[in-house]
Amino acid sequence: MSFAWAKQYEPQTALTKWLDEKLPLPRLVYNAVGAGYPVPRNLNYMWNFGVLAGFFLVVQIVTGVVLAMHYAANQAVAFGTVEHIMRNVNYGWMLRYAHANGASFFFIVIYLHIFRGFFYSSYKAPREMIWLLGVVIFLLMMATAFMGYVLPWGQMSFWGAQVITGLFSAIPLVGEPLQVWLLGGFAPDNAALNRFFSLHFLLPFVIAGVVILHIWALHIPGSSNPTGVEVKQESDTVPFHPYYTAKDGFGLGVILILFTAMVFFLPNALGHPDNYIEANPLSTPAHIVPEWYFWPFYAILRAFTGDLSIPFTGIVLIPAKLLGVIAMFGSILLWFILPWLDKSPVRSGHYRPMFRKFFWFGLIPCMIALFICGGAPAEEPYVVISQIATAYYFLHFLVILPIISQIEVPKPLPFSITEAVLGGAAPGGTSGGGKINPEGVVGGLPGTATDGSLQPAE
Amino acid sequence: MTIRLGGIIVGLAITAVLVLWSLLPGVYNYAFGPAPEKQPSYAFYEHGDGPDGGFAFDGAFGKWDYAQLQRGYQVYKEVCSACHSLKFVAFRNLKQLGYTEAEVDAEAAAWTVPGIDPATGEVTTRPGEPTDYFPSPYPNAVAAAAANNNAIPPDLSLMAKARHDGSNYIYDLLTGYGEPDPAKAAKVGFETPDGLYFNKHFPNVNIAMPQPLSDGQVTYADGTEASISQMSKDVAAFLTWTAEPSLVERRQTGWFVIIFLMFATTLAFLSYKQIWAGLKPKKK
Repeated sequence: MSFAWAKQYEPQTALTKWLDEKLPLPRLVYNAVGAGYPVPRNLNYMWNFGVLAGFFLVVQIVTGVVLAMHYAANQAVAFGTVEHIMRNVNYGWMLRYAHANGASFFFIVIYLHIFRGFFYSSYKAPREMIWLLGVVIFLLMMATAFMGYVLPWGQMSFWGAQVITGLFSAIPLVGEPLQVWLLGGFAPDNAALNRFFSLHFLLPFVIAGVVILHIWALHIPGSSNPTGVEVKQESDTVPFHPYYTAKDGFGLGVILILFTAMVFFLPNALGHPDNYIEANPLSTPAHIVPEWYFWPFYAILRAFTGDLSIPFTGIVLIPAKLLGVIAMFGSILLWFILPWLDKSPVRSGHYRPMFRKFFWFGLIPCMIALFICGGAPAEEPYVVISQIATAYYFLHFLVILPIISQIEVPKPLPFSITEAVLGGAAPGGTSGGGKINPEGVVGGLPGTATDGSLQPAE
Repeated sequence: MTIRLGGIIVGLAITAVLVLWSLLPGVYNYAFGPAPEKQPSYAFYEHGDGPDGGFAFDGAFGKWDYAQLQRGYQVYKEVCSACHSLKFVAFRNLKQLGYTEAEVDAEAAAWTVPGIDPATGEVTTRPGEPTDYFPSPYPNAVAAAAANNNAIPPDLSLMAKARHDGSNYIYDLLTGYGEPDPAKAAKVGFETPDGLYFNKHFPNVNIAMPQPLSDGQVTYADGTEASISQMSKDVAAFLTWTAEPSLVERRQTGWFVIIFLMFATTLAFLSYKQIWAGLKPKKK
């Protein structure tokens, strides 16, 4: 960690001293999530979700590995082995419901984490790499979740696999062979189920690897904060442990209460009843819908209902299906260039009046509309709403953000995090009531010693 | 700068394609095109509300009504099992309905399951044992379709979870048989096709299953009057149990877990407040 005042790990016992010499793993943990990582003192609850996402990744891996001990990836028995888990395995129902709802909660916390990033511009320099790795994690999560949903081999599993791999068939020339290659056949079958199981087991560990890179990249500039003002002095920060371990512990408790409420009382509320019907290639469900966390992107896919053609000639340049596929993948891939689209020097949405309006009254309603339309059948008025929302989605990121980052007049920023926390204007010092000494350090505020170091009250 | 300019151009292009080729033709078609065709059968569908008073297992504190589950099992055994399998349930599971071990043995033995003659190896049948699963009434799907006008009776093990609000759905379906309103049917030219039966609670109102229950069809050992409504409610409860045998245990475990977590979270909150106490500005 780069801050000079970061605490140093000091092994106390002979064993930890020996270990620190041979393999300084405790030191690594101490510096990563212990007292050795100084974190801005003003983080709000939106900063809980990174830790919670890590927690749900662990939940998914632990429950998933145990489920895999009882599951068989064969299209003749897969559905039956899931029922075997539900009925015969000790607490199998708990494992399976925790895994299924754990996926949903993983996405809930990830979406909150991502939208935290949108609002506070966490993607901006010097944190672009953290953001890029985060988008990679999100894409891997989507692939993993999709393949996991196929494994119970219910009706939605089967037809979801058919529809999603069918997206690749929209690619000109290579599309159809590509879909056959992905599925290992002309329709989802044993070959597809087996490879999806293999990849569904592999990808979470790839995600865990990218998460390590994500955290590594985070520790170079340090965490962002709700003011968007960079850390200037020691009293701007607190050690991660015990301050944020305590706060994250509380946040973890709250989300666990919600999670267990779903697992034990509404375990199937987020699933689809059709997935309790065994896969049947001869019977198509009335409405094929993906899991709820894909609905916004599914709405973008279906928003393109007309081929791009030359009017009055009937010559099709790009078929509607390909347009939808490009838009759906593009809607996430554009996050990769987000750090360079939004050039406003101010990070936090709190100090960006125009950006804040477009965020709360543009992007958020747009995402809610896409979410609702993605889960609804493809009929009016959902189609028109999804088309307007899709148009806004692309306009927001590609047009509105670049333009407002040029023309917006941001509100004045606080001098430092310490001042922002301790707030309230007072005469004879900074606007927060502190005094700036000749070294440019804010002093004279609660929690701040005269030299700018952190001084908690006893 | 290049990225932002490119972004603006791409963003406007996507919007133009979407608005000009998808949105406007769609709106035009919706406003001036032919109205989407609606099947007359939808006019006869009625959403059911489940049985009066609900089920004993409803709600976060709901419990099984074992007498009802046993009655429901009797309805399945004497009526449903003629056509519907229950392949994920074993006879040993009946113990959870409150039967004793001896009763489960006797119940299993009353069923005939496929077996192999131990002397000759020939395929034969034998009395069921508690470890056996409920046998299918048909040897295979082709036989099931042939016997039922080409409609394969679905397995019932998971029916209560395979439909929205499945317990109520089963009750509604079993009590939804009847005749469509003749005046309304004549007006829209609606007729139930041959080989199908009218059921106002079935999504497309024409169902391949003839009305399975009639008043007094089974004789309950506990003297409960076997009305259609009573039998429907009992078998819906039984099929809820077959779909989710862990339902009540799950909720009971859930209460312990949530009460523990609330306690732990309160402690976590208090320690968070204590650790941060010196760092928060004092309220003026």
